[in-house]
Amino acid sequence: MLSSDHPLITSLYILASVLFIVGLKMLNRAATARRGNLISGVGMLAAIVATCLLKGISFQWILLGAIVGSAIGAVASYSVKMTAMPEMVGLFNGFGGLASMLVAWAEFHKWRGLGWEAYLRTLGAGAPDSSLFTAVAAVFTAIVGAVTFSGSVVAFLKLAEWITGRPILFRGQRLLNGAIVLATLAAAAAVVVQRPTGGAAYAAFGAVMTLGLVLGVTSVIPIGGADMPVVISLLNSYSGVAAAAAGFIILNNGLIVAGSLVGASGLILTNIMCKAMNRSLANVLFSGFGAVETASSSAVQGEVKPVSVEDAYYILEAARSVVFVPGYGMAVAQAQHVVRELGQLLEKNGAEVKYCIHPVAGRMPGHMNVLLAEASVPYEQLVEPGDVNPVIDTVDVAIVIGANDVVNPAAREDRTSPLWGMPIINVDQARTCIVLKRSMRPGFAGVENPLFFKPNTRMLFGDAKASISALVAEFKSE
Amino acid sequence: MLGLLFFVFVLAVFLGFELISKVPSQLHTPLMSGSNAISGITIVGALVAAGQGEGGLTVTILGTLAVVAAMINVVGGYLVTDRMLGMFRHKDGGAK
Repeated sequence: MLSSDHPLITSLYILASVLFIVGLKMLNRAATARRGNLISGVGMLAAIVATCLLKGISFQWILLGAIVGSAIGAVASYSVKMTAMPEMVGLFNGFGGLASMLVAWAEFHKWRGLGWEAYLRTLGAGAPDSSLFTAVAAVFTAIVGAVTFSGSVVAFLKLAEWITGRPILFRGQRLLNGAIVLATLAAAAAVVVQRPTGGAAYAAFGAVMTLGLVLGVTSVIPIGGADMPVVISLLNSYSGVAAAAAGFIILNNGLIVAGSLVGASGLILTNIMCKAMNRSLANVLFSGFGAVETASSSAVQGEVKPVSVEDAYYILEAARSVVFVPGYGMAVAQAQHVVRELGQLLEKNGAEVKYCIHPVAGRMPGHMNVLLAEASVPYEQLVEPGDVNPVIDTVDVAIVIGANDVVNPAAREDRTSPLWGMPIINVDQARTCIVLKRSMRPGFAGVENPLFFKPNTRMLFGDAKASISALVAEFKSE
Repeated sequence: MLGLLFFVFVLAVFLGFELISKVPSQLHTPLMSGSNAISGITIVGALVAAGQGEGGLTVTILGTLAVVAAMINVVGGYLVTDRMLGMFRHKDGGAK
């Protein structure tokens, strides 16, 4: 039908790029976010239509693939529980990486079969005069795509707890990772030097993809569950980079623009997550944080004061302002609905209720916000640590539900703590702090939490959902 | 041609950094899964590989597999983002 430099095709790709930009911009604000997502979806449709208008495209295989893929995507996105959202987002992301890797492989195979001159013609007008460039783009896409795919699958397995969420570490791990990186680069160099001629080049390209897949696994297994928000947003960035790199192979500006937008925004989100933990990206990726139960240097002083549901009820009944601080424990217990119910009862009782959410609470950026939104908590009640900390001493009760490291005062008080310097929610400075917890086990970082021993802290032991439900029952029987 | 591609690439990266500077944390997840859906743009390359018929059956099969993977990313990503954003509510109970 149309050649790749036809004005209509170009216009559609430009339209797609503009719609992606507008859509992303609108995703920045709660009031416009949903429409923004829709607009970006229309952009994707424009890009797909433009591609289908290209001359020489036949549809039987495309339709088969599109139907299968759409069905899987649609069923998965509607059946996934909100508590399982982090692993689902991670998995979708992995498929993007896989697609980019397969595109690189297909292009490589095409080039090898046709020879450079003929392959150049399939790329259309404005093709590069250098096969070196295309070869570099192809191996780069293959590596990044492969790492994104296998890394995301490992992240999925960890989050779904099919494998342990704790960091998996072994002696010489960094050495092994370094060796894999070197081997990958060597195989990539072999492809670039030989270009796709002969069996050796194909073997080298296969090695590039295989090593990329291995690298994705070995670089994600040493990262612990609590650091998953960083990993998920970083892998998101990678999938964008892979798509942009694929754009350099097939010389498509639409791919380059959309891919780079995702790459950049993913990096920004990664950076926000790292800042919220006061750690560098390198520290998150390589330290195996939380692998060992660190014996805290300074023994924690004081005693733990357990509280019964009934006593907790009396404390809450008298409270005029209450702040909930949810963490991963709320997701595990699926307690978001009863938490909202308790919040409403407290409001009816005359208290001002807020939900304070730490940026890295949970297993993906914004995890707690999604769960509370599912429970129909209005987003005006969801606040950030920066809003609560300055007025925390006027808060009557802070209720910590399954959060640990993000409320650990050691981050403020103990220079030797691994958490030192991490911005936390200062619940220990509220008039009373009730901590819902299964047991005295330390959090994911394996750090003892002095909060539990503070004079104004009360521990409500047990399953978070059961405890909150019991409190709700107390309020209702009133 | 190559110079132009890099020109576009660098500008788009800068634009990406500028667009996503101050996101309220309640939108972190939708932003991530929404941008994740955009990375499914690699569907364009997959469609070309699957549909053009150049390079023989291997390319077609690889392309078709790429279409499947990219469509999971695109359809799943957009729908899941929409589902999440549909849950964000105002105090008056209206969906946003």
